[in-house]
Order: sequence, then C-alpha cells, then structure tokens
Amino acid sequence: MNLVAAIAERNAAELPGKRDEDWRWTDLRGLVREAPAPSAPFAGDLPAGRFDALADARKVLVNGGEAVIEIPKGASAVLALRLVGRGPGSHVASAAIRVGANARLTLLETYERDGGTLADATLTIAVAEGAAVERIVLAEDHEDAVSISQAEVTLSPAARFAQTVLASGARRQRLETRVLHPGGKAELRLDGLYLLGDKRHSDQTTVVTHAGAEGLTVQLTKGVVRDQARGVFQGRIVVEEGADRTDAKMGHHGLILSDRAEIDAKPELEIYADDVACAHGNTVGALDDEALFYARQRGIPEDEARALLTEAFVGEVVDRIDHEGAREVVRAWVADRLRA
Amino acid sequence: MLKVENLHAAVDGKEILKGLSLEVPAGEVHAIMGPNGAGKSTLSYVLTGRDGYEVTGGSATLDGEDLLALAPDERAARGVFLSFQYPLEIPGVPALTFIRTALNAQRRARGEGEISAPEFLKLARTKSAELKIDFEMLKRALNVGFSGGEKKRMEILQMAMLSPRFLILDETDSGLDIDALRIVSEGVNALRSPDRAMLVITHYQRLLDYIKPDRVHVLAGGRIVASGGPELALELEKAGYERYEAAA
Ligand SMILES: Nc1ncnc2c1ncn2[C@@H]1O[C@H](COP(=O)(O)OP(=O)(O)OP(=O)(O)O)[C@@H](O)[C@H]1O
Ligand SMILES: [Mg+2]
Repeated sequence: MNLVAAIAERNAAELPGKRDEDWRWTDLRGLVREAPAPSAPFAGDLPAGRFDALADARKVLVNGGEAVIEIPKGASAVLALRLVGRGPGSHVASAAIRVGANARLTLLETYERDGGTLADATLTIAVAEGAAVERIVLAEDHEDAVSISQAEVTLSPAARFAQTVLASGARRQRLETRVLHPGGKAELRLDGLYLLGDKRHSDQTTVVTHAGAEGLTVQLTKGVVRDQARGVFQGRIVVEEGADRTDAKMGHHGLILSDRAEIDAKPELEIYADDVACAHGNTVGALDDEALFYARQRGIPEDEARALLTEAFVGEVVDRIDHEGAREVVRAWVADRLRA
Repeated sequence: MLKVENLHAAVDGKEILKGLSLEVPAGEVHAIMGPNGAGKSTLSYVLTGRDGYEVTGGSATLDGEDLLALAPDERAARGVFLSFQYPLEIPGVPALTFIRTALNAQRRARGEGEISAPEFLKLARTKSAELKIDFEMLKRALNVGFSGGEKKRMEILQMAMLSPRFLILDETDSGLDIDALRIVSEGVNALRSPDRAMLVITHYQRLLDYIKPDRVHVLAGGRIVASGGPELALELEKAGYERYEAAA
C-alpha cells in the first residue's frame, strides 16, 4: 500500500517506517500509532501567503483537495501554491501541473500545516520541450505536524527545471522529489536547505533518473541543525544504460551546532552508462573554531560571529535562486531563522 | 601600554610560555625573534584570547587593564589587533562585509555610532589603494583562494581600516614579495604614533630595515632571554640562536 492510501484509509500499520530502506530515517509507522480522523473542512480566513505578493496566480489547498494547473505553450506565469493544514487531522492533497512547450513557470510553493496533522501532498509536474520551471518550496510547518510532500517531475529534452526546497522541519517532515531526466540537453538544478531547531525533523529525499544521453544535473543541499533537531538528506542519481555523457554533480553539506543535534546523509550515484562525469561531495561538521576566533579577534562578538559564518554557509544555496523577489523573501526567512 | 609579567601558558596541558615578561611602552615598536617552536605565536594567541591557550600564571595588562579577563572581541574593541601568521579563510563572507561587520562591532563596543555605507566604502577604497590591493578583490570571500602574500596584505588592510592601538604582527613578512614587503611596511609605519605600540614577530632582519624597532627581544624556550637595541637583530642574523637556546 502506498502512503497516500495509508493516510486516506487511516491505516497506520501501512505507513512507511524503519523497515523501508528509503524511510529508515523518517519512521512514520513507529511514530503514528493511530492515524487521526480526517481533517475537518476549513471555512475561516487564512493570512496572506509568503509569496502572494510575487505571484500573478494563487492556488490554496486547505486540508486536502486537488488542483490542475496548465501553463499553455509559450506562456509565462508566477504561481503561488499553498498547501495548508488547519486543525488536527489527516488529509491528502494533489496537484497536477503541466507546463507547455517553451513556457516559463515560477512555482512558489508553501507548506503550512498545523500541529496534529498527518498530511501528504502529491504533485506531478510535466515540463515540455524548451520550457523552464523554477520551483521554490518553503516548508514551514508546525513543530507537531507530520508533513509529507512527494513530487514527480518529468522533463522533456531541452527543458530546464530548477528547484530550491527550504525547510524548517516538523515532528516529521519529508520533502521528496523524483525527476525523470531525458538527457537531450535538459538541465536540472535540485537544491535544498534545512534549518532546524528544537526537536524538529526534516528529510529531503531526491531521486534523479537519467534515462537519455547528455543530461545535466547539479545539486546542492545544505543544512544547519541545533538543539535536538535531526536533518536527513538522501540523494540518489541513477544514470541508466545509454545515458552517456551525463554530467551530474551532487553536494550535501551539513553544519551541526549542538551536541545533541544530528544529520543523516546518504548520497548515492548509480552509473550504468559510459563516459559520464559524475561526482558527489558530502561533509558534516561543526562551525570552524579557527574562523570563529579570527572573527572575534577582529572585534565581532561570539553570537554575531556565529550568525555571520552560518549565514555565509547557507548563503550559497540562497544565491542560486533565480527569481529575484523570491530570493529576497527566502533570504529574509533564513536570516530570521538563524538569528532566532 | 602593554605589560606582561611572568606569564605562563599551556596548550593541551603542555607548558609553552614559562615565565615570560615584556613591556612595550606607548609609541614604541618592539621586535621579537626566536627559534621555531619557541612560543612566539603562542604569545600572540594568549594575548588575543584564543581558546585552548590556557594561562597558568602571571599577568598581561593593556594600559593597566587586565587583558586576560576579556573576551577576544572585547580585547579587539580595546584596540588589540593580531596579524595572523596563517590568516584564516572565511568562505561566503566578502572581505568588505567582514571588515564592515568588524568595524561596526568595535565601534558599538566603544559606544560610537556605526560607520555609514558611503563613508566605509571611501575608507576601503583609500586604504586598498594605499596598499596596492585591487578593490575588486574585496568583493570576494575573505582570503578564500588568495595567495599567501595576498592574505598577508589583506591582514594589513584590515589593520589599516580598524586602526588598532596595539598591533601584533606575527611573521607578516613571510610570503611577501620584495615590493609587497615595502608596501606593507609603509602601511604599518603609517600607523606608528605616540599612542600606539607594536610587537613585530619576525625571523628576518630585512623586515626590520623597513619597520625600525626600538627594542629587539629574543624569545627562546618560552621566555624572553635577551633584549637589546636594533643591533641585536643584526647580531642574531650572524650568530643564530645557539647561545640563547642553551640559556633557555
Ligand atoms: N595544540 C598543540 N599541542 C601541543 N603543542 C603545541 C600545540 N600548539 C603549539 N604547540 C607547541 O608549542 C610550541 C610553540 O609553538 P609556537 O607556534 O608558539 O612557536 P613559534 O615560536 O611561533 O614558532 P615559528 O617560528 O615556527 O612560528 C611548539 O613546540 C608547538 O609544537
Ligand atoms: Mg609562529
């Protein structure tokens, strides 16, 4: 049984958990003994969304629901998509997004789920030839939410898809992206950032399958964890037979700011093709004491020095966001979180 | 100005400074020379408050104030500046941002207002031009990918912009080419003044041709074992440290 069915049918025993290789660091079955009742329909008002002001179209799914979004051939749009959970309860939402040939879409997606929710969203994003999509996901769920998102992205040749997932964690939070990459000069950027405090958990899982020759993938995820938080990064790039001359780079770098915080990372490259340029780098560590002393010797107080170095560490991910307005919203969001 | 008395300090439980005494009055430049491993850099770290350098005895005061009781950034705000023997790289922080943050932090600590953006840029342009540093370089992450000599120049630029009162130069000459040595020395000399003092750690007389010291000390075995005028450096250049190491 899949996750959507397990939630929809309130069958907690079928939730993924430790014994599922892909979910071992995001154990839902061990956590959710009993799936909560379905979320009640929501009638009240919502505050404005983080990206509302930047968007020319808005779609809000509260406590489940479906959306179908179509960007016609050659059109251009900035869409704010909000996945909201109000009040406790379980629900599933879905969105099907089709981006026509040579169209451009900036998708500004937010997760805003209350405590006590058990929620999944399933997205399918199909990007036609020559189209360009930038997807920015800001997941700021309640600390007691169990919040899942699963996106399936299908690229056509000469398409461009760039993504940045930003997460502040939840009781359990997982943002999963699977990309089918056709090669053929299609370009993929998959970035992520998790900033976690308290007992929050966040899992960024990506699977990229290169099915055709001459595809490009760059991936950079960074994370900062403190208190008793736990960050998870699972990145897999599969280069199938015949996907020759694939160029793929994956990087994951984590910063652990307290003894009781934790990061689990599993970068994987599976290569069955020839003449590929694939590399991955993975580092997890503390702030550099020597750099910290250097900054303090110049007169910068300890807290400020820590914030400066931490912001610099994550800044690289923020800088890679193409949409200027969104980049500034994200920059402010990051600064808020790091200085809290 | 700086007064160090019978200072003992240990790293990882191993005593490195073993009763070091030194006085540098305002307006003077003192050079410290000594064999590798003698404790010169250790002294600079103890004076600036680096973690892991444990003071086990003695005292160090700046204008009568106990330096050792202050946090590193508080010492910096009092005007203590160290030009590192091995400057650190600060990934992701442009040199300009770093220096502005430092300058404003120091000004706040001293109860002065922050420097305005145009004023700061003007200062940065003037000082970098004086030190023949390409201004574009200040937009790059501090020291990341800089050559050894560039890092040393960047130390002196920071010094020029922060205009500290007590300067410690730890082997600032190593890694500098001939022209850079002269330019950097001029930058240092520009900061000489009656209310400032300097401690210049070096292995080579050549630097002291440019930055003329009032006194020269020999640090060996964790103590100052000899002091003299500028002629002491010339003598060391000829005879080496053998007789001092025996004494230490
Ligand atoms: N973390 C450490 N653990 C043990 N010993 C240390 C540590 N750091 C420094 N030392 C030792 O302290 C002694 C003094 O080192 P220091 O760097 O102060 O020497 P120095 O006089 O600056 O030498 P150089 O001229 O080579 O720069 C050396 O013997 C060094 O090995
Ligand atoms: Mg040294």
